[in-house]
Amino acid sequence: MPQDHIISAKHLSRADIESVLDRAAEIAADPDAVADRHDGKLLGTLFFEPSTRTKMSFTAAMKRLGGDIVDMGPVDQSSVKKGESLADTVRVVEGYADALVMRHPLEGSAKMASEFVDVPLINAGDGAGQHPTQTLLDLYTIRESAGFDDLTVGIMGDLKYGRTVHSLAHALTTFDAQQHFVSPESLKLPRGVRYDLHEAGASMREHTDLDEVLDSLDVLYVTRIQAERFPDEDEYRKVAGEYQIDAETLEAAKDDLVVMHPLPRVDEIAPDVDETDHARYFEQAHNGVPVRMALLDLILEGNL
Amino acid sequence: MSDDQQLRVSKITEGTVIDHVTGGQALNVLAILGIDGSGGEEVSIGMNVPSERLGRKDVVKVEGRELSQDEVDVLSLIAPAATINIVRDYDVVEKHRVERPGEVVGVLQCPNRNCITTKDEPVDSRFAVLEEGVRCAYCDTIIRESIADHIHVD
Repeated sequence: MPQDHIISAKHLSRADIESVLDRAAEIAADPDAVADRHDGKLLGTLFFEPSTRTKMSFTAAMKRLGGDIVDMGPVDQSSVKKGESLADTVRVVEGYADALVMRHPLEGSAKMASEFVDVPLINAGDGAGQHPTQTLLDLYTIRESAGFDDLTVGIMGDLKYGRTVHSLAHALTTFDAQQHFVSPESLKLPRGVRYDLHEAGASMREHTDLDEVLDSLDVLYVTRIQAERFPDEDEYRKVAGEYQIDAETLEAAKDDLVVMHPLPRVDEIAPDVDETDHARYFEQAHNGVPVRMALLDLILEGNL
Repeated sequence: MSDDQQLRVSKITEGTVIDHVTGGQALNVLAILGIDGSGGEEVSIGMNVPSERLGRKDVVKVEGRELSQDEVDVLSLIAPAATINIVRDYDVVEKHRVERPGEVVGVLQCPNRNCITTKDEPVDSRFAVLEEGVRCAYCDTIIRESIADHIHVD
């Protein structure tokens, strides 16, 4: 079924996901073949909150397809500062571009914005909601490193507010992966995501201690626990310290465990892990370009 | 309606009798209808009256007012067993049970303060009705308890 917008990983079927990953692999193998493919096409980028990787990789992706971007610029220098509604902003900007990419601090913002535009809109993160394009590059990395057969994934950290976690958990249900969610009690998966996983018949378990599952995992997806989620600094330090890994922690893991992280990391993965064969997070970040090229290509061609 | 109850709540001439409301929910029914007494509506309420079917039930009678489908939809969430009786010239001319809708639009306010529908945007709240509770179509927040607390009345 053609998709006009990419709002939530919940709406991506296994076939949708595989078509993006297959196209990404083709592009990665021969990027020159698509260098002029979208010559003259413009991608509108609207980032209502800061982004480094997502924004740069979308920009690189569009330019490597021969197209260009028109950027809203920082919020404090835009019409948003004058009190313009999001609905009005996207209705104006859609006239400038062939597709839009938007990041916004509020949950549901991408869905609402998509209701006001006719060009395809891609959600690049809506508050603590969803981040479906991160999930596509996460899945690409998993497919390249571990494959999808009989896959057991551990997802650790801030599962409540982590939008990359919500999107990934939804998508993994389409691959019949076993999912283990490891977090402090206060940062467990939100009710909405848990509801969807149950509805999808997902095989999932929740833990507060990584040791309970580490040796069964093929992939460990680590996310950052942010200080502002806790009432005070002491509580944060105490809790966050329990969800950090280093090379010694990973001695209990399978030799071919793949460690991933959407980045930026702070101290949840110690630098000594970077030197191990487990580390895959920088490669994961690099995969953002071919995967976003594939997604943009399919969307601009109306093939998704 | 039993004779006993008719003694408690007088008949109305034109309007709606909402019967078999879950005991204790009558004031929330009025909130759904946007009735707080300031508009001069003539309203009678029976609360926690004995009921064969429900044990205890509430009854709400509103003079001169028939309910819209939206109002009935939301009513179904807090009073799934309710019956709606339309009265004209003292007679019940229509009687039906409420049915749970697929979604309710513009009536509930999302409790997630970070949801786009709670901001100054031209969009109505939209909740899918689940087997148990409702779910915001924008931010996926699920409300299971005290749905009536989230009714948004201007």
